[in-house]
Amino acid sequence: MPTLYEQLGGEPAVQELTERFYRKMLADDRVSDFFDDIDMDRQLAKQKAFLTMVTGGPNHYTGKDMRTAHAHLLQRGLNDSHVDVVVHYLGETLEELGAPAEAVATVRAAANSLRDDVLGRR
Amino acid sequence: MTVLRLKSETIPVTAGQSVLDALLAHGVAVPNSCRSGVCQSCLMRLEDPSVEIPAAAQAGLKVSLRVQGYFLACSWQPTADLAVALPGEGLDFHTTVLANEDLGAAVRRVRLAVPEGFVWRAGQFLTLLRNDGLARSYSIASRPEDGWLELHVRRIPGGAMSGWLHDVVQPGDAMTVRGPFGECFYTTGRGEDTLLLAGTGTGLAPLLGVLREALAQGHAGPIRLFHGAVSAAGLYLRDELASLCARHANVRVQPVVLHAEGACDECVVGALDEVLLSAAPSDWRTARAWLCGDPMLVARMRKRLFMAGLSNRSIFADPFVPSAPA
Ligand SMILES: Cc1cc2nc3c(=O)[nH]c(=O)nc-3n(C[C@H](O)[C@H](O)[C@H](O)COP(=O)(O)OP(=O)(O)OC[C@H]3O[C@@H](n4cnc5c(N)ncnc54)[C@H](O)[C@@H]3O)c2cc1C
Ligand code: HEM
Ligand code: FES
Repeated sequence: MPTLYEQLGGEPAVQELTERFYRKMLADDRVSDFFDDIDMDRQLAKQKAFLTMVTGGPNHYTGKDMRTAHAHLLQRGLNDSHVDVVVHYLGETLEELGAPAEAVATVRAAANSLRDDVLGRR
Repeated sequence: MTVLRLKSETIPVTAGQSVLDALLAHGVAVPNSCRSGVCQSCLMRLEDPSVEIPAAAQAGLKVSLRVQGYFLACSWQPTADLAVALPGEGLDFHTTVLANEDLGAAVRRVRLAVPEGFVWRAGQFLTLLRNDGLARSYSIASRPEDGWLELHVRRIPGGAMSGWLHDVVQPGDAMTVRGPFGECFYTTGRGEDTLLLAGTGTGLAPLLGVLREALAQGHAGPIRLFHGAVSAAGLYLRDELASLCARHANVRVQPVVLHAEGACDECVVGALDEVLLSAAPSDWRTARAWLCGDPMLVARMRKRLFMAGLSNRSIFADPFVPSAPA
C-alpha cells in the first residue's frame, strides 16, 4: 500500500502542498497575524518536514513538539477557531492536489488529534 | 549543570544559553556577528560525532561542513554536555588587498586576491576576519573568471569593520577570509526564466554577481534589476549598470528611491517592494528572484513574491543582518 506521500507525488508534491497551505494561511486575516514575525523560509522548511512525516514520507521531523511550538501563541489568543482554519486549509489543499478522499479524511483527523497539544490542553 | 569542553577547559552553560554566549561569558574569543544563524561567523566543530546536532544549528551550512560536525555556536542551546572546538586555521584562507576604491554613496569597492583553493559562485558571501577576531560578512560581486574577489562595503556610522575597511585598509595589506557561504547565486538551466533582482544599498554586490554570472552563461530571458536607496545619493555604480543595459537588450536596471528630492531622471520614487511587485511576470513558474540587503525589506519582498505566486524555492535571499550588540 503506497503511503499518501507517494500517492501525492513525493517530494515536489509535498513542497507544493506546504507552499499552497502556507499561502492560504498568510492570506487569511483570521490567522495571518500569528505569522507576522515568523521567518517564512524556516517555517516553510519545518512545515514541510512535518507534512512529510504525517503523509508517511522519508523525512525525519526534528522540530519542536506541538505543545512547545505553540505555547507562546496562547497568550496571543490562539484558540479552537484557529485550529479549525488550519484543519480546513490542510484538507482543502490536499483536495486541490488530488488526494483521495479517505486520505484527506485521515490527515484531517490526524491534525485534529493534535488540537489539544497545540492549544496546551494536555 | 550542562558543560562545554573546549581543549582542557570545562565551561558551564546555563539553561537556554547558546554555546556562543557561554563561551563569550567565559572569555573565549569566538568570532561572531549576527547571533541569529545567518552570517555563519560563529562556526565551531563538535568533537564527538555521536552527538546529534539540532537542525537549527546547521541551517544553511553546506553539506561538506555539516558532515564534519560544524555548527553555528549562536544557534545551539545545549541540554547535554558537549566537547567542542574552534575551527582553527583549517577553514581560513589568506589573501591580500589588491585595491580599495571609493565608489561614492559611502561605498568602497575592495578587491582581494583569490586565495588558492577558494572556490565560489558570484553572489555568495564570505566572512572577513580581522587579526583581533572581529568577523563580518560581505557578498562577492565578482566571478572566479574575473580573477579577484570584489566586495562592496558601505560605511556604517561607528561601524568597526566597515570603518576599518574605509579608513585603514590599503592595497597590499594581508586579509583572512572564510567561506564562501550561502545560496545566493545563479544556477544554470532554464535560460528563458525571468530573473528579478532586488536589493538596497550594497545589496547590489551579490545582485551584480548574479547578473554577471547569468550574462556570462548566456541567460536569454528578461533580467530586471531593482536597486533601492533612501535617496539618489545612496545609489552607486550607475555607469557600470547603464553600460550593462546598453550591451544586453534583455537587461533592465531600475533605480528606486524613497525620497523624491534629488531623484534622478530614471529613478522611480516609491517603496522597493511595491515597485518590484508591479513588475510581476505573467507566469511565476518561469521566474526566479534574488533579494539582498536590508533584512526587513528582504523579508517583506520574499513574503510578497511568495503570496503573489512565486515558489519559495525560486527565491534566493541574503538579508544583511547587522551585528548583534554584545
Ligand atoms: C550574509 C551577509 C552579507 C553581507 N554583505 C554585505 C555587503 O556585501 N556589503 C556590506 O556593506 N555589508 C554587508 N553585510 C553587512 C556586514 O556584515 C556588516 O554588518 C556591516 O558592514 C557593518 O559592520 P561594522 O563592523 O562596520 O559595524 P558594527 O560595528 O557591526 O555596527 C555598529 C553599529 O551599527 C549597527 N548597524 C550595523 N549595520 C547597520 C545597518 N545596516 N543599519 C543600521 N544599523 C546598523 C550595529 O548593530 C551596531 O550597533 C552583510 C551581512 C550579512 C549577514
Ligand atoms: C493541528 C494544528 C497544527 C499543526 C499540526 C501545526 C504544526 C506546526 C509545526 C510543525 C510547527 C513548527 C514547530 C517548530 O518550530 O519546530 C509549527 C509552528 C508554528 N505554528 Fe503551528 N500547527 C498547528 C496549528 C497552528 C495554528 C492554529 C496556528 C495559528 C493560527 C499556528 C501557528 C504557528 C506558528 C506562528 C508557528 C511558529 C512558531 C515559532 O517559530 O515561533 N499553528 N506549527
Ligand atoms: S551565524 Fe552565529 S553569529 Fe551569525
